[in-house]
Amino acid sequence: MERPLTQHIPDSGAALHIREYEAVGGYTALKKVLREMEPAQVTTLVKDSKLKGRGGAGFDTGMKWSFVPMDMPGPKYLIANADEMEPGTFKDRWLLEGNPHQLLEGMIIAAYAIQATDAFVFLRWAYKDAAREMRRAIADAYTAGYLGKNILGSSFSLEMQLHTGVGRYMCGEETALLNSLEGKRATPRAKPPFPQVSGLFGKPTIVNNVETLSWISHIVNNGGAWFKSLSYTADGGTKIYGVSGRVNKPGAWELPMGITMRELLEEHAGGMRNGYRFRGALPGGASTDFLTEVHLDVKMDFAGVTAAGSRLGTGTMVVLDDHTCPVGFVHNLEHFFAQESCGFCTPCREGLPWTEKILWSLENGTGVPADLDLLEMHTKMLGPGNTFCALAPGAMEPLQSALKYFREDFEQHIKEKKCPYAHHQH
Amino acid sequence: MLTAIEIEKITHELQQVPVKKAACIEALKIVQQQRRWISDESVEDIAAMLEMSTAEVDSVATFYNLIFRRPVGRHIILLCDSISCYVMGFTALRQQLQSLLHINYGQTTTDERFTLLPNACLGTCDHAPALMIDEDLYRDVKPEDLEKILEKYS
Ligand SMILES: Cc1cc2nc3c(=O)[nH]c(=O)nc-3n(C[C@H](O)[C@H](O)[C@H](O)COP(=O)(O)O)c2cc1C
Ligand code: SF4
Ligand code: FES
Repeated sequence: MERPLTQHIPDSGAALHIREYEAVGGYTALKKVLREMEPAQVTTLVKDSKLKGRGGAGFDTGMKWSFVPMDMPGPKYLIANADEMEPGTFKDRWLLEGNPHQLLEGMIIAAYAIQATDAFVFLRWAYKDAAREMRRAIADAYTAGYLGKNILGSSFSLEMQLHTGVGRYMCGEETALLNSLEGKRATPRAKPPFPQVSGLFGKPTIVNNVETLSWISHIVNNGGAWFKSLSYTADGGTKIYGVSGRVNKPGAWELPMGITMRELLEEHAGGMRNGYRFRGALPGGASTDFLTEVHLDVKMDFAGVTAAGSRLGTGTMVVLDDHTCPVGFVHNLEHFFAQESCGFCTPCREGLPWTEKILWSLENGTGVPADLDLLEMHTKMLGPGNTFCALAPGAMEPLQSALKYFREDFEQHIKEKKCPYAHHQH
Repeated sequence: MLTAIEIEKITHELQQVPVKKAACIEALKIVQQQRRWISDESVEDIAAMLEMSTAEVDSVATFYNLIFRRPVGRHIILLCDSISCYVMGFTALRQQLQSLLHINYGQTTTDERFTLLPNACLGTCDHAPALMIDEDLYRDVKPEDLEKILEKYS
């Protein structure tokens, strides 16, 4: 089983140094691109590989690049989205800390494909080790001639900056990220125009996830057919999956795209801890719908998880066990979303705190039957199409599915006027 | 009044951006690094230097979780309160921290040693529960570990 993205990351997790990266073939893809390929050929190659973005939405990467107007004069920008603040998601951290040059090489090639003049790594504040490694990697790449003016003697030049954020989930939303990079509040922008046409400082800009960009050098080296062959299903490549919660071996693993939830849970995460039973899981981070026991054979690719009524999201699963209160679990999630709402549009700004309050009253034993209707109403009012960005609809995904799969728990809270779980936590 | 060091660092940032406003977050970071927090006076000083209104600078300063508009202690404790840490028991950590430090979320110990803040997912959910003190990440933390951990910070 091939693990292109993580195979060279030392077991210690320490970052691969530039010399070690070069020794395992690092930067040969960049050399090949600069010597042998036109920018459009790179985009076509990525398009043909059908690489889908790993940041959550699964948009076709090559397609996204192809929307950049190549004849536009002036600067263009490429940004690696390394904000990673979705609760339950910890996959990009592994790539950032373990193989920073793989990301840089992918970024330089992507920048060449769209003829970007400047590139940014937008890194969340809390990732101190990643910041240190990225800073060193960027400096080493400049020294080696992979960044700066006339890279490796070609006519292509690129400047690279590391930007560390000051904490806000919204910074990960791509248009809010652009506002934050411009020094403003991280509120989203209206689309269209899309960032590919009018992004950072009004110039064409591509924003891609860290895992997405880490693929680029491998696709250049090995081709689209190879990329597809790594997977069990129609969505190509491997995926970095993760499992957290009360399992025996929480962790992250690079595995073929399309592995089943069962295999992830039982073989890689070592099954549930003694005394705990599996009740459900958010398959791809905090803003995805619950899947339950009946879904264990669902293939964890974009189409498979969607067909089961959820989203692959970031591919990092949070497990709900039978000792944890589903209402408390969802309350915790809605607390997060209510706090992180940017407050820009009314349904989200008002609806999320309301949702949080209702869940809190259920947990406290003061809930009434009508509360469940109110919660249902919110899942519709804050659903897709009613708010300015995807934060609020994302917040409703775990709630609407919890109301569906764990209804009896909600009702029990109301009937017994208390939280029936012994491990009552807030 | 901004110090010479602050002015020098902000001037450097201004050279990296096409419009002055774009250096706003960086300027806030620089001043906070020197003074631990952003006072009303700092907001005014930054606004003057970046040719922005104080309201504009304040709207940015109050938006971000890690820009502090109130005084904080010498060490910031960020306790992850997100979902995996919830399942794995951050509540017990919070209770233990509150009883060791005699403070609640958002408060600072009377000796100004620690400020305790809740924080969204630290991206280390496979080692939940987790917390960060200044630059140091602690994973798989148990309530009984906390006393030893806190001793490292004076
Ligand atoms: C509220 C919100 C937060 C997001 N946070 C992140 C993030 O931290 N990292 C990320 O890569 N994408 C995040 N996204 C998705 C991005 O908007 C964007 O789709 C992604 O960076 C595109 O990269 P990709 O095409 O490579 O997947 C977020 C979206 C929303 C709505
Ligand atoms: S949905 Fe929420 S986060 Fe998104 S723009 Fe509206 S208020 Fe802001
Ligand atoms: S939920 Fe606490 S580190 Fe992710």
